[in-house]
Amino acid sequence: MKLLQVNNLRTTFHIEAGQVQAVRGISFHVEKGESVGIVGESGSGKSVSMLSIMRLLPDNAKIEADRLLFDGIEIMDMDHKQMRRLHGNDIGMIFQDPMTSLNPLFTIGDQLMEPIRIHLKLSKAEAKKKAIEVLKMVEIPSPETRLNQYPHEFSGGMRQRVMIAIAISCNPKLLIADEPTTALDVTIQAQILDLMRDLKKKSNTSIVLITHDLGVVASMCSRIIVMYGGQIVEEGTTREVFYNPQHPYTWGLIRSMPKVSEGEKKKLIPIPGSPPDLLAPPQGCAFAARCEHAMKVCTKYSPAAISLSESHRAACWLMHPKAAKAEREVIGS
Amino acid sequence: MTQTTENLIEVKHLKKYFDVKKGLFSRSDRQLKAVDDISFSIKKGETLGLVGESGCGKTTAGRTLLRLYEPTSGQILFHGKPLEKLTHKELLPYRKKMQMIFQDPYASLDPRMTVGEIIGDPLDVHRICKGKDRSDRIRELVELVGLKRDHINRYPHEFSGGQRQRIGIARALAVEPEFIVCDEPISALDVSIQAQVVNMLEDLQERFGLTYLFISHDLSMVRHISHKVGVMYLGSLVEIADAHELYTNMQHPYTKALLSAVPIPDPDLAEKSERIHLQGDVPSPLDPPPGCAFQTRCAYAVAACREVKPELKDMGNGHQVACHIVS
Repeated sequence: MKLLQVNNLRTTFHIEAGQVQAVRGISFHVEKGESVGIVGESGSGKSVSMLSIMRLLPDNAKIEADRLLFDGIEIMDMDHKQMRRLHGNDIGMIFQDPMTSLNPLFTIGDQLMEPIRIHLKLSKAEAKKKAIEVLKMVEIPSPETRLNQYPHEFSGGMRQRVMIAIAISCNPKLLIADEPTTALDVTIQAQILDLMRDLKKKSNTSIVLITHDLGVVASMCSRIIVMYGGQIVEEGTTREVFYNPQHPYTWGLIRSMPKVSEGEKKKLIPIPGSPPDLLAPPQGCAFAARCEHAMKVCTKYSPAAISLSESHRAACWLMHPKAAKAEREVIGS
Repeated sequence: MTQTTENLIEVKHLKKYFDVKKGLFSRSDRQLKAVDDISFSIKKGETLGLVGESGCGKTTAGRTLLRLYEPTSGQILFHGKPLEKLTHKELLPYRKKMQMIFQDPYASLDPRMTVGEIIGDPLDVHRICKGKDRSDRIRELVELVGLKRDHINRYPHEFSGGQRQRIGIARALAVEPEFIVCDEPISALDVSIQAQVVNMLEDLQERFGLTYLFISHDLSMVRHISHKVGVMYLGSLVEIADAHELYTNMQHPYTKALLSAVPIPDPDLAEKSERIHLQGDVPSPLDPPPGCAFQTRCAYAVAACREVKPELKDMGNGHQVACHIVS
């Protein structure tokens, strides 16, 4: 059963210098109870596409989509009231920086109880009970006293737990986590990821995890979407993407990481160059300028997505029967 | 790399305490023990990786080493020459030999200076060259770090994060240093760009025989770039060994927990790996626990751990561990 269905989403920012085409026609879906990882570098459109779905972008952003269905209802047609319901009740969001996403002037309790009272329509006393319950769920010790404290009294990992508590307080069907652990230490990161895994198991929440860390998706997600230059270049189950990647950008991502089982020193193989300017996106494949396998066709025409299996598809001209064969890099090779 | 080379840097019992001011009527100020008695050495042309969680004192250690912070006590030897007592004037020639690359490529470059001015500044300060020599040298440096000549007259805001980090590296290289402290040089960069910068640092090391202190919380990148790796916890060095030895034969319970938390970018291995769960948070360095710094979270702690601070002990092959349990 599909919880989220996105067809041909396009997001454009109108700025003085022109139009930034941040998201350029992406289609994907999220099943109920599934966790999907979206990977790509900064500026690849991973955060903007999620914010577009939530309709949380500033006024200079133009969002277009053929279809944007959440639980069978078109998001683009929702009015203000329905959107508010969607934000609190149906979709919870966790942002990257726990330092700036909590209001320093209000106690944790105030910030946690507000959505509970509005969305679940509970009384103050009931909301407090519920707030203590969710703080316990995210394993914050002595939640009763913690409720009356301000964000500055919490450590980074604790703040991110509070953010998760707020996001899950109204039992959302979908949890969008935008780089939830990037600002945290590895030990804290592991705790937060464990917590999200538990939540998924207990309440069957779907999770969209935006990250640039392939290690995080490998252990967290069942499917991976790879974005580059505002487009999806590859999509598949975690195993398909790690063990049988098709797009040179995915190869590049895998190659540029130090190997886990590194006995002797091997050079890292970086992706040369830098990401495309989305003010004037290149004709053809966005990755062509940095791709060592680029052919003439790559700079002229955009490659269409080709399916390898029911779940695995990639958009690259190398998959064309006439293309020359290229050496690919696979994990473990 | 079996030949025995001399130690370029030697640090003995280095301490850096910061005074934390309390109220006007309090009897004494409290001390934050950011770096509490650490000792290590770095061989010429090698890289020591320093890892640990935020607040463990790794950045303070790097800065104190360069005397950007005045050490509270302890010895810093550079080519065997103690640096900790030198006056600022006496220190100046050594400043030229020891440089630093910073974490944030946005905050560490002056936005009002062009790339040429940024890289030329250390040349002026140390009166290395001027006129045509100076502009030749700047051009050489810019090309050395993989930027183009026409970048020289541009301002930092026109560059991406990776390019800015290259400018920072060119600035550090301008005075032909022997030793560079790299403080989280790749943390702010994208994965694909991280590899570019790490490769460049390795190439430069090979070419100029540079010695690095590489501070980072990215444990897999540290393993890749370092010859030796030290693990810090709450101001103390808990374990130090050759990179491969440390990652395959770690001894300290904290090192084990830290390394087990690193996400593995391979779905099959990730499934099999077991994680050691650490209880609680890192204690405040204002009020560190008695005895071993890690005893409050250590599953193996015994009575001795709560009383006596363990010293670094050599386990053979230069593998040193500070733990009462391991012997």
